Amino acid sequence: MRPAVWVAGFLVLVLAVGAYASQELLQLQTDDKQWVMPGKDYSQTRFSTLSQITPTNVKNLRPAWTFSTGTLRGHEGAPLVIGDTMYVHTSFPNNVYALELKGPDVGKIKWAYLPKQDPSVQAVACCDNVNRGLSFGDGKVFLSQLDGNLVALNAQTGKEAWKAQNADPKVGATMTSAPHIYKDKVIVGVSGGEFGVRGHVTAYNIKDGTQVWRAYSMGPDEDVLLADDFNQANPHFGQRNQGTATWKGDQWKTGGGTTWGWYAFDPQLNLFYYGTGNPSTWNPSQRPGDNKWSMTIFARDVDTGKAKWAYQMTPWDAWDYDGVNEMILADLNIGGRTVKAIVHFDRNGFGYTLDRTNGTLLVAEKFDPDVNWATSVDKRTGRPVEVAAMRTQAGKNSQGICPAALGSKDQQPAAFSPRTKLFYVPTNHVCMDYEPFEVKYTAGQPYVGATLRMFPGPGGHMGAVIAWDAAAGKIVWSNKERFSAWSGTLVTATDLVFYGTLEGYMKAVDAKTGKELWRFKTPSGIIGNPVTYIGPDGKQYVAILSGVGGWAGIGLAAGLEGDSEGLGAVGAYKKLAEYTTLGGVLTVFSLP
Amino acid sequence: MRRLIGLAVVLMFGLSLASATRAQQAPPGLAANAAFRVCADPNNLPYSNDKLEGFENRIASLFAKDLGATPTYTWWPDRRGFIRNTLRANQCDVVIGVPNGYDQVRWTTPYYRSSYAFVFVKGGKFEVRSWDDESLRRARIGVIAATPPADALIKKDLMGNVAAYRLTIDYTTEYPGKIVDDVAAGKIDLAIVWGPVAGYFAKKAAVPLEVVAVPPLEGVPVPFTYEISMGVRKRDNARQEQLETLLRKHEAQIVNILREYGVPLLEGPLVRRPDEEKRGVVGERYQ
Repeated sequence: MRPAVWVAGFLVLVLAVGAYASQELLQLQTDDKQWVMPGKDYSQTRFSTLSQITPTNVKNLRPAWTFSTGTLRGHEGAPLVIGDTMYVHTSFPNNVYALELKGPDVGKIKWAYLPKQDPSVQAVACCDNVNRGLSFGDGKVFLSQLDGNLVALNAQTGKEAWKAQNADPKVGATMTSAPHIYKDKVIVGVSGGEFGVRGHVTAYNIKDGTQVWRAYSMGPDEDVLLADDFNQANPHFGQRNQGTATWKGDQWKTGGGTTWGWYAFDPQLNLFYYGTGNPSTWNPSQRPGDNKWSMTIFARDVDTGKAKWAYQMTPWDAWDYDGVNEMILADLNIGGRTVKAIVHFDRNGFGYTLDRTNGTLLVAEKFDPDVNWATSVDKRTGRPVEVAAMRTQAGKNSQGICPAALGSKDQQPAAFSPRTKLFYVPTNHVCMDYEPFEVKYTAGQPYVGATLRMFPGPGGHMGAVIAWDAAAGKIVWSNKERFSAWSGTLVTATDLVFYGTLEGYMKAVDAKTGKELWRFKTPSGIIGNPVTYIGPDGKQYVAILSGVGGWAGIGLAAGLEGDSEGLGAVGAYKKLAEYTTLGGVLTVFSLP
Repeated sequence: MRRLIGLAVVLMFGLSLASATRAQQAPPGLAANAAFRVCADPNNLPYSNDKLEGFENRIASLFAKDLGATPTYTWWPDRRGFIRNTLRANQCDVVIGVPNGYDQVRWTTPYYRSSYAFVFVKGGKFEVRSWDDESLRRARIGVIAATPPADALIKKDLMGNVAAYRLTIDYTTEYPGKIVDDVAAGKIDLAIVWGPVAGYFAKKAAVPLEVVAVPPLEGVPVPFTYEISMGVRKRDNARQEQLETLLRKHEAQIVNILREYGVPLLEGPLVRRPDEEKRGVVGERYQ
């Protein structure tokens, strides 16, 4: 009897811990004085009820204090604010700083965590050595390092509590996205689709970093982890064996479908939601089939990892339209009834609204009218209605495909206001020519790939921030931006939308009209996400990381190399170099 | 020696450089004793390694000696981002091997041409020399993901027979030639792999292997033969001129070095592809 009693006691203890961690974050995220998780709340709304800063006084907003992160490469993501401390991350080598928010020493470094990472992992990262930030829970701060380590730090001291190797950079797998903390689990994804990594999501025990479950994006059903009632409401989306049957031979073993985006969680349904990236290899003619479950929205049970439903947006991807972009949960009125919805703005240019309880597709409309690879999404089948001339394939030159491979929108997350019922979406407006027969060279082996020539879409601008009605699938207003809008957005209860631009402007616009009300030039281009909080002095602050990089930085470098000088598009990219250089800086704004 | 005699490299050997039309003189701005800075993979034989055992190391030494210098190396794994992090970051001036027409660099006149090749055990059950060979249906076929033979295997509906090898590997436990060694070890029946890798590892194998150039396949537009040049920064015309001079001067020695490493060479004129002006910005795919 003794061992049984001991086991029972242990179980109770574990359950209590789980409940505690779960409750803590459920409560913390309702306190808008703090910013305790990347997307502000489990639904990833990036909506704050704070109301000191208003459309009337926002013109007086000015920097209160700043902090240099000390690293040069791209700064995606956002700081966290917990109590009197702000936690700031940097690009590689992924340093973490805990900063004082109180009194005369605001911005003072309470502790710093400076990981030692093998510099060679930088060679593995596809597109600049970005990091998308931290998460918090159970008294710990969680960091995904580029070298594949998930690290838990004591939030008070910065000391390592535990460490888990989640991805192996030697085979091309890295980590760039923020961890997500749901209940007693730390859930992390993986990057590296271009190397044939088979994507997965993995849950770790928040206490000690032991692995709880891992679910792959493709492969046999026992690897993909399917619930018994998987896709029961939409059998036409595919059910059993799709993770192998939609591939030739054993190609699923190097199938891609990585998982580096922003996830959302519904505690009532106990489901979390995320997207998978492009299938591997990149050459679509070498992997005929739907390539499930790449390019897919997944809904999984947090405790078991089992998939309740999955919906593939771009079957047999031929454009690199990763499906990893943020998932936002909102209760929307559609056709006269309130729907528990999930809204997702995909790289492929369609804004999707689905019933998040069962995956039923409700709305799928273009959020950039110039998207031309497909005319529409067939609601009955869930499949895109493709334009044949725009499908890239070996041996065929395709011109003017919109969007370009970087998508109508990349990871930069949108915000949702329950007041206006609108989504505020930062977008790209860049198209491409697809030129086959370009010779490539990797590890001493020549092969033929495609070269993508990117240029601004119709109108000449390269981005826009739009307000989107996800119930109707319509653009309400659109602010053109000279360059791609590569920062996240933030919306407040005073109907202000904040976002940054690649030139480095932090802007505030009217949530109802898009009218610009304020701007400030930060030291570098912005690809981070704005946050807001109340400081210990009772004042509302808005914070943003600047530090250009990511795809934008690489595009910039390519332009400066002079591949195609004197031509319009390069001129446009070159202009970015007239506005900004590299360098990570946190800028915190307040009213005087 | 018997083992080596048993090895039949059936690709034709031969090499010719574009005819020398320019005057043989040191280009302006590059002193004869200037440093010879090379970026290379530290662990990728037969090309290069940090013990200087590869044929690219040998060619670099040959050129540097001519300039009164010793080559200095910046090591970086030859995978995505290699050029961006090395040549473009000004860590070096020369990459010894790139395909003719490789858009990331300014390329020289090519100095050899090779081909993807079938590699199989000589006298075994899978002596494949043609895409129509019936034994392909029964063979376990090794191919490196994304390389051109995969297109042909798709066309022939043979992907079900494929053992996929990754283009990017963990160098501490794997090496590009493993696909060839797996043929020798009987783990796969046939490898279809790029000539220099095929020839070098076949030559070293413990059982006689045969290396046969892959023929074209109708309906598969991707080529199986490639010409290899040296690469410099896009605007570094002076360095390119210098290398052109050295390539012409050392043509015979380069051929000897390549043969020493078992690199299968194809005949035909080696002509530099023209530079191209194109619209837009070359995009790297984003994750």
